[in-house]
Amino acid sequence: MIQREVVVVGAGPAGLCASIEARRKGAEVLLIDENSRPGGQLFKQIHKFFGSKDHKAGIRGINIGTQLLKDAQQLNIETWLGCEVCGIFDENELWVVCNRDRSVRVKAERIILATGAMENSVNFPGWTLPGVMGAGAAQTMINLHRVKPGDNILMVGSGNVGVIVSYQLLQAGCNVVGIVEAAPQLGGYGVHTAKVRRAGVPFYTSHTVKKAEGVDHVRSATVVKLDPAWNQIEGSEFTVSVDTICIAAGLTPLAELAFASGCEPVYSPVLGGMVPLHDDHMHTSVSSIYIAGDISGVEEASTAMEEGRLAGLSASHSLGYVDKDKFQKEFSQAVGRLNVLRSGLFGQKRLKAKEEIFTKKKG
Amino acid sequence: MEKRITDHPVLGPLEDVKKVTIFVDGELLEAREGEMIAAALFANGRQYLRKTVKRHEPRGIYCAIGRCTDCVMMVNGVPNVRTCITEVQEGMDIRTQDGLGDWSDGETV
Ligand SMILES: Cc1cc2nc3c(=O)[nH]c(=O)nc-3n(C[C@H](O)[C@H](O)[C@H](O)COP(=O)(O)OP(=O)(O)OC[C@H]3O[C@@H](n4cnc5c(N)ncnc54)[C@H](O)[C@@H]3O)c2cc1C
Ligand code: FES
Repeated sequence: MIQREVVVVGAGPAGLCASIEARRKGAEVLLIDENSRPGGQLFKQIHKFFGSKDHKAGIRGINIGTQLLKDAQQLNIETWLGCEVCGIFDENELWVVCNRDRSVRVKAERIILATGAMENSVNFPGWTLPGVMGAGAAQTMINLHRVKPGDNILMVGSGNVGVIVSYQLLQAGCNVVGIVEAAPQLGGYGVHTAKVRRAGVPFYTSHTVKKAEGVDHVRSATVVKLDPAWNQIEGSEFTVSVDTICIAAGLTPLAELAFASGCEPVYSPVLGGMVPLHDDHMHTSVSSIYIAGDISGVEEASTAMEEGRLAGLSASHSLGYVDKDKFQKEFSQAVGRLNVLRSGLFGQKRLKAKEEIFTKKKG
Repeated sequence: MEKRITDHPVLGPLEDVKKVTIFVDGELLEAREGEMIAAALFANGRQYLRKTVKRHEPRGIYCAIGRCTDCVMMVNGVPNVRTCITEVQEGMDIRTQDGLGDWSDGETV
């Protein structure tokens, strides 16, 4: 059996930062990701980030990712790509399937789960047709794979992912025929929303998709107006000719591994649903398991990175690599940076939701 | 219409890479070395990847990051391969998957 001090699952921004932090503190780290390339969702985020200078604001996600990979390489962090963690036994033994043909057991003193999140769907007749996909899926296609999912696209959902991806679809040369939002007001950051509006994309608030039609592929979408109680208003339908419908209806934390290994769940609608109960050290109810990033509540890449650093710091501290004073100092610095990211209209809600979870963990 | 984004205001021109040949339902197609199967299929105008088990309805990608399994196809005789996170390889045999796929090549289950 292979043994490592710290095993990090998921090489997105959270997992990369957790690995770098734990390695810098002296711990022996193994980083595992099922993809053939590290980075998680970071390399598709070609927009400039918000926050302060500490948070690398004004830098594009893709460039932050390149720097993180450089850091990881310089620290010689052992990384297994193409390897999927399929289970955790007895709280510290990972079952890893590598390249679909080799099964490996790894015993870890500490596990940091940074598995991210997956996109939600909105169900309407025709939503399963090829051509209907998550907004993040379209973002992956254009920015990572450099392939257009279609030419005429309808976006469903005006939150950050909806408006950011709409703008990126325009940059990729696609036509965004409109953004449909069920709520009476728009959901994304003003800066991103304004850019899309300036580009001439119409927004339809209090509207939803009634159905999508097509034989083997989407050919049209029927959009309908909603009354204040969110009921469809008959007679208000109009049909747009599209070959792609993108759904930006939020994300759900990917926490199956945590729950299957005994981590206590807690429900937080603001953070995307069921998340593993955790404290401000990113420690779960299972003593060997820490979490970071979207798995602990859906936020953004910048918060995922800070949480990753916290988890890496906490895990290496618990292994005796960091003395108490240094830990306290760096811990409060990281929490301070997180609090800055969790300010503002949207951030405050997330901060409150996080604090509720921390309080519950203290129990 | 060209599906590949050959030029991009932020990402710049699409890098030249080696081309590989793949076979999709027997048809020979060109792909870029290292790209995901689903990306190669999209670039060739194919988004219909499998048929569902009961009603044989068409499915394409949904998440493109390996989470939803909507994109599974038969690859080199192996069913249920997530094409959005599996790289193309020279000579790869890729087939539209019907239902659970054809398991006759492998061990019986
Ligand atoms: C498709 C998509 C697009 C997004 N776009 C934006 C955006 O434009 N702007 C924005 O602010 N936020 C965006 N988000 C939110 C985004 O989740 C965060 O910005 C950030 O990337 C979260 O980082 P993370 O490290 O927690 O997760 P991720 O970046 O998702 O990384 C998790 C990694 O873990 C791997 N993994 C999961 N389970 C296993 C396992 N069992 N074994 C091995 N590896 C595993 C995954 O494959 C992935 O590589 C997007 C999310 C998604 C899903
Ligand atoms: S599209 Fe979801 S797993 Fe491939």
